Amino acid sequence: MARIGIPRTLAYFIYYPFWKVFFTELGHEVIRSSPTTRDIMDKGVKEAVNDACIPIKIYHGHVADLIGKVDYIFCPRLVSVRKHGDFGTETFCPKFLGLPDMVRLGIKNLPALLDIRIDLKKGKEELKNICLELGQTLGNKSTDILKAMQKSVKAQKDYEKYLNREMFPEEAMDMVLNHHENHNGRKTIPEFTIAVVGYPYTIYDPYINVGLLKILEKENVKVVTQDMVSDRELNRMAKTLPKSLFWYFSNRAVYGALHFLKRKVDGIIHVTAFACGPDSLVDRLMEIETHRRSEIPYISIMIDEQTGEAGIKTRIEAFIDMLRYRREGDKCEN
Amino acid sequence: MKISFPHMGYSYIAFKWLVENSGHECIVPPEPSKRTLDLGVRYAPEFACIPFKILLGTYLEVAEMGAEVILTSGGMGPCRAGYYWVMHKYLLEEIKKDVKIVAFEPPLCNLRDFIQKLHFVRAGGGISVKEFTRVLKITWEKIKAIDDIEMLSHRIRPYEVKRGDTTRSLWQALDMLDQANSIAEIEDARNEGLKILQNVNMDKERKPLKIGIIGEIYVVLEPAANHYIQIMLGEMGVETDRSIYLSAYTRNNTIVNLEEDIHQIARPYLNEAPIGGHGVNSIGETVLYARHGFDGVVQLAPFACIPEIVAKSIIPSISRDLDIPVLTLFIDEQTGKAGVQTRLEAFVDLLQKKRDTRIGAERLVV
Repeated sequence: MARIGIPRTLAYFIYYPFWKVFFTELGHEVIRSSPTTRDIMDKGVKEAVNDACIPIKIYHGHVADLIGKVDYIFCPRLVSVRKHGDFGTETFCPKFLGLPDMVRLGIKNLPALLDIRIDLKKGKEELKNICLELGQTLGNKSTDILKAMQKSVKAQKDYEKYLNREMFPEEAMDMVLNHHENHNGRKTIPEFTIAVVGYPYTIYDPYINVGLLKILEKENVKVVTQDMVSDRELNRMAKTLPKSLFWYFSNRAVYGALHFLKRKVDGIIHVTAFACGPDSLVDRLMEIETHRRSEIPYISIMIDEQTGEAGIKTRIEAFIDMLRYRREGDKCEN
Repeated sequence: MKISFPHMGYSYIAFKWLVENSGHECIVPPEPSKRTLDLGVRYAPEFACIPFKILLGTYLEVAEMGAEVILTSGGMGPCRAGYYWVMHKYLLEEIKKDVKIVAFEPPLCNLRDFIQKLHFVRAGGGISVKEFTRVLKITWEKIKAIDDIEMLSHRIRPYEVKRGDTTRSLWQALDMLDQANSIAEIEDARNEGLKILQNVNMDKERKPLKIGIIGEIYVVLEPAANHYIQIMLGEMGVETDRSIYLSAYTRNNTIVNLEEDIHQIARPYLNEAPIGGHGVNSIGETVLYARHGFDGVVQLAPFACIPEIVAKSIIPSISRDLDIPVLTLFIDEQTGKAGVQTRLEAFVDLLQKKRDTRIGAERLVV
């Protein structure tokens, strides 16, 4: 029985249900860090190397937030989750690859790190090996571990199913983990459908993007994200590019954008972090492809430590106003 | 065809020979200048790293000069550099420049593609496979000879009596290599070049500080991108050793290749390899330079370079453990020569002081 801390950022938004179920089934307690706050960000900015991007700094902040509350911090080294890409070498941003070491050497008084290497492109058995190794580190029996794994695989599948039904992660997690049926369908017909693409940790963390999704909701916009599209559909988009990118989350964002172009949404918003390495290419790639494949308006919103709500709000409102003008212009022409 | 390629240090001498002797016309890329960078910055995404911008600027310059095909490299990630050519292609298309980019992906990833592209270069020039193989071999010899000469120049420069002598001799030697057309001629030019460098008027009494240069390959190899840092340090009286040479994979006489696997050395600090670019190498090399008694290390990286940021966050621990000062210089389009020089001077002063203190302490013990 151990207390395991999971930082509420980066891959949390995609894989939390899996690990929550896995550790809970094994009799451990899972403690999430609190949602991102000013305090967490300040801690992160202090602990992390100054050149890092804001999501990595915030991750450091979440880890620092867990110190003293847990026995272990779950900080896996995400290397790959599938075999994909032109050479089958799809991986994660180098900062993900070095994350456990950055955290270990950067933050003092750290509890033990569960820094297991997750490299699923190796084969089907890999997930089992990872679970066994993790469980054994925590002192569990192999039979229990495999049972827990089965349950968590199912939870993850359910979670993805809910996401594909166009639910947001918080809601879908609630459904999977607490079995709440709080699907409060939309009362009004949305004025626009806008695709918000980007990394899960920038689009679903309301602190980082100063409540972007809320702002859109208030404007009566239906938001769709790349996580609401099935993997199969996303991967179909890979063939329409000269070469796929090397990073899992970036590929998903790009494929998502391309998919929404085909689906003719009203606009595309790309959320990107200041000085994000992969995004310097992703953003321009999306922009060019959007113009080549459609006439759908595209905007990229960059966020950093200094981002204020007023700034984002103004830009979003201007974007939506522009969509309205376009629609009226179209009507006049007809 | 009129063929060009990215400018990277002095390697253009060898690549020029390769292109010309495969039956093509070579558009020699100009050394990256302020204009190159301005052109690149105008069209590149804001946060693309500086090698991306310099390369784009170079491509635009060679396109003006009439290049039809640009040969470059691909990659398998996770460093951004592997995706450069795709993005460059998009951007060149957007501004309607009619240049074809031929990118060589790593042969281990896609051998067929690699061979097809080699075939494209060979068949386009209309030379036989046998002749092409000979040309490739000679090019490789040239690259090695260029590196030998450059390496020696960095060892000699801190001793030079008259500032600039070494650099002048270096160019003399490189010019001779440029003229060489066969393996025998390259051998002669290499020996002659090394002799010219050794004959520079030197003050052997000096005990120069030793600094290792690590970091991202492009800014380490291209003097125009790093403000001629090795020449600058050499003229301050510092001997520099660089971790990356194009020919480094085949040689055993560089510090970095002396010992076992660099990834293994980095393992206590970074338990994952590769992480893209030269991130892991930077960590391992810092350890190696410390072990070999270097006074300090300078890490060069483009602004927002992902692998080097990971390395930078880990290097302070190595610096503490092994007592070796490390200066990190992130380079972007705003970096000025004076800024680099001031920081280097301060760093060198610090290293000198550290060495003096250590020698003083040793004397006391004796």
